[in-house]
Amino acid sequence: MPNMSPVKTPMPEQEPNVRNKNFEEVALGYTDEMAAEEAKRCLNCKNKPCVSGCPVGVRIPEFIQRVAEGDMEGAYQIIKTTNSLPAVCGRVCPQESQCEQKCVRGIKGEPVGIGRLERYVADWHMKHGAPEKFDVKPNGHKVAVIGAGPAGLTCAGDLAAMGYSVTVYEALHTAGGVLMYGIPQFRLPKEIVQKEIDALKEKGVKIETDMVMGKVLSVDELFEMGFEAVFIGTGAGLPNFMNIPGEGLIGTYSANEFLTRVNLMKAYLDEYDTPIIRPKNVAVVGGGNVAMDAARTAKRLGAENVYIIYRRAEEQMPARKEEIHHAKEEGIIFKLLCNPVAIHGDDDGRVKAIECVEMELGEPDASGRRRPIAKEGSNFEIPVDSVVMAIGNSPNPLIRSTTEGLEANSHGCIVVDDATMATTREGVYAAGDAVSGAATVILAMGGGKEAARSIDEYIQSKHSK
Amino acid sequence: MFKIVEKRILNDSMTLMAVEAPYIAKKAKAGQFIILRVNEFGERIPLTVADYDREKGTVTIIYQKVGKTTLMLDQLNEGDAILDFIGPLGKATELEGYKNVAVVGGGAGCAIAYPQAKALHGMGAKVDMIAGFRSKDIIILEEEMKAVSDRLIITTDDGSNGNKGFVTDALRKCIEEGAKYDLVIAIGPLVMMRAICNLTKEYNIKTLISMNPIMIDGTGMCGGCRLTVGGKTKFACVDGPDFDGHEVDFDEAIKRSKTYFDLEKEATREYNCRLMEGAKNA
Ligand SMILES: Cc1cc2nc3c(=O)[nH]c(=O)nc-3n(C[C@H](O)[C@H](O)[C@H](O)COP(=O)(O)OP(=O)(O)OC[C@H]3O[C@@H](n4cnc5c(N)ncnc54)[C@H](O)[C@@H]3O)c2cc1C
Ligand code: SF4
Ligand code: FES
Repeated sequence: MPNMSPVKTPMPEQEPNVRNKNFEEVALGYTDEMAAEEAKRCLNCKNKPCVSGCPVGVRIPEFIQRVAEGDMEGAYQIIKTTNSLPAVCGRVCPQESQCEQKCVRGIKGEPVGIGRLERYVADWHMKHGAPEKFDVKPNGHKVAVIGAGPAGLTCAGDLAAMGYSVTVYEALHTAGGVLMYGIPQFRLPKEIVQKEIDALKEKGVKIETDMVMGKVLSVDELFEMGFEAVFIGTGAGLPNFMNIPGEGLIGTYSANEFLTRVNLMKAYLDEYDTPIIRPKNVAVVGGGNVAMDAARTAKRLGAENVYIIYRRAEEQMPARKEEIHHAKEEGIIFKLLCNPVAIHGDDDGRVKAIECVEMELGEPDASGRRRPIAKEGSNFEIPVDSVVMAIGNSPNPLIRSTTEGLEANSHGCIVVDDATMATTREGVYAAGDAVSGAATVILAMGGGKEAARSIDEYIQSKHSK
Repeated sequence: MFKIVEKRILNDSMTLMAVEAPYIAKKAKAGQFIILRVNEFGERIPLTVADYDREKGTVTIIYQKVGKTTLMLDQLNEGDAILDFIGPLGKATELEGYKNVAVVGGGAGCAIAYPQAKALHGMGAKVDMIAGFRSKDIIILEEEMKAVSDRLIITTDDGSNGNKGFVTDALRKCIEEGAKYDLVIAIGPLVMMRAICNLTKEYNIKTLISMNPIMIDGTGMCGGCRLTVGGKTKFACVDGPDFDGHEVDFDEAIKRSKTYFDLEKEATREYNCRLMEGAKNA
């Protein structure tokens, strides 16, 4: 008998007023009983609408049935056939606009908690699962991967499983990309990401950190070194600013810098040297996941008032629903339909206020969202001692400017064939944010998988000629 | 891990290290920099490439013991290793086509100015080198600088070397006496570079300066190194570190350089205390 409850089995969470002072994970995960109960809400639909909503086609009802039967390892193995990072995706995927949006249970109530179940299964495996046995015969071919984010790591893992000798080159001192430097500990514990990376190393993937490619080695040199194909998964790491007066003031950060100081460089832990301004009043500009993460991080660093300043309305915020909900619970103040026009500073050049103008929504623009228009004369100031700009990132030009024959579009995104992820340069493939512009973990992963398949085909066909 | 193959004390506050980093040594050019992290808990700091040896695969850095990170670095000796050493970063200085150049260095900045003078000298340019120090006993690289310049002028703030004055005074004198520079390169503290730029503006001489702001990644990812040049936002790590000194907003850069001033002073003080404790107990 399916469980016909119209609502998801709730997931235990830390109390908002406790968690907004620590960096521990917010959502605590299902117990075995909760998972079994939630799994029974799935109707095991024949046409599997949920699967069509998943960018990598996770076999959702199949794995959920295993959970209902208590076969967690079986469930894990099913997920793993199409998703290499389930513990990550279960936590950070925007399920409400993907699988769960398509779930039939969502018509008359809440959809099945697919993300929560995915997380549960992945965590169960990390705790109880037997270490994966790994014996593939090396096939003698070398592939280089640039960038150790979800796109690069997935591509590397898949190629290693096919027998390729893979070396991943990463610019930072730690692999993981945004999963390590961007998304905070309280949403995605770094230990989980590290476990995934360690598992890749077990598979024989070599990871060379501290390698800023394009500077220290070029794509051409990689080919000279005997790599037969190169995958580019360098992400979209270049922070955008608004170009308003005052962005050079002390206390103005890009979200990347603010989050990197805290996540990668661990400014929140005493034993690390990383300095960070611990602001009392902070304005975070933007409405995406990055903005929510920055705001909630600022709160945890001890800020009293944290404002999210967003120029459209809440319904138009690109952030995951859950993040917006969590942010509100934690006391983040939402200033919607507001746009900053200037940041003001004191004589020492430190931020003292942000000046905004009220907005109203006009006609829909190219993106289909109603365009915000400034209300004349509505300017007002909010006293703050820090401003974090979270208004988007663009791809970094380092690789494309040092690689001949690699085309990019006007946004700086690398141009690829949608089906194969092949770039305009032979033997070079790319995926993830470097291709799409800032998007999602699951899309980056999906692209990396696709590229691995194409790289295999490319190398095999080259050698069968 | 990156092994330290040479450590040489230049004066009380400045030390030279040659570090094994073959990939970087192969590519590095004058004007570029590296970022290093001493250990897991340390900060990432940028240091200019002072020299390199492509054959031996080593990169030379010169640091001034000013804060906790450089003090920590200074605890390491030949044979020890630095956890992270990343580069070569930034653009190389464009030195082609200049015939008559004044290279001005201030204090530790001389360590960075020296390779520029050496490169220019090697390319056949006439080089006047002006090096400023607080006093005589902290003068570094005198022989080296002499070898690569047509004229070396060393000034000291306190006159202890017999030539009291600032580098600006010396540069003005050279220009007034008829030197026809087609380029001035100024490297040193921000206030010194600003003073040089104000001077060269009067004479309309193109001036390149090397900026060394607070950085994290050095790849354009954090934007922490940004500065305003000609009214536009630039990232020193990828667009620089060299900029046209007449275009740089020095006031902003000087203020930004003090972002973590208090935090850093405290960290350095604490670390110094610990070093003293250690020395006492040893
Ligand atoms: C704060 C924040 C929160 C987010 N929240 C979510 C979320 O909740 N859900 C979600 O699905 N998505 C989220 N995203 C988006 C998601 O993280 C990205 O879409 C995804 O990480 C892209 O993966 P990638 O592999 O393409 O690139 P990245 O993760 O950006 O990794 C690229 C890697 O390449 C390295 N690199 C770059 N240039 C070079 C070079 N020249 N040489 C060597 N290495 C290089 C970088 O250092 C980095 O490690 C968030 C992003 C941010 C910033
Ligand atoms: S749509 Fe919902 S109920 Fe149907 S199979 Fe998928 S998860 Fe289960
Ligand atoms: S150091 Fe981060 S962008 Fe320059």
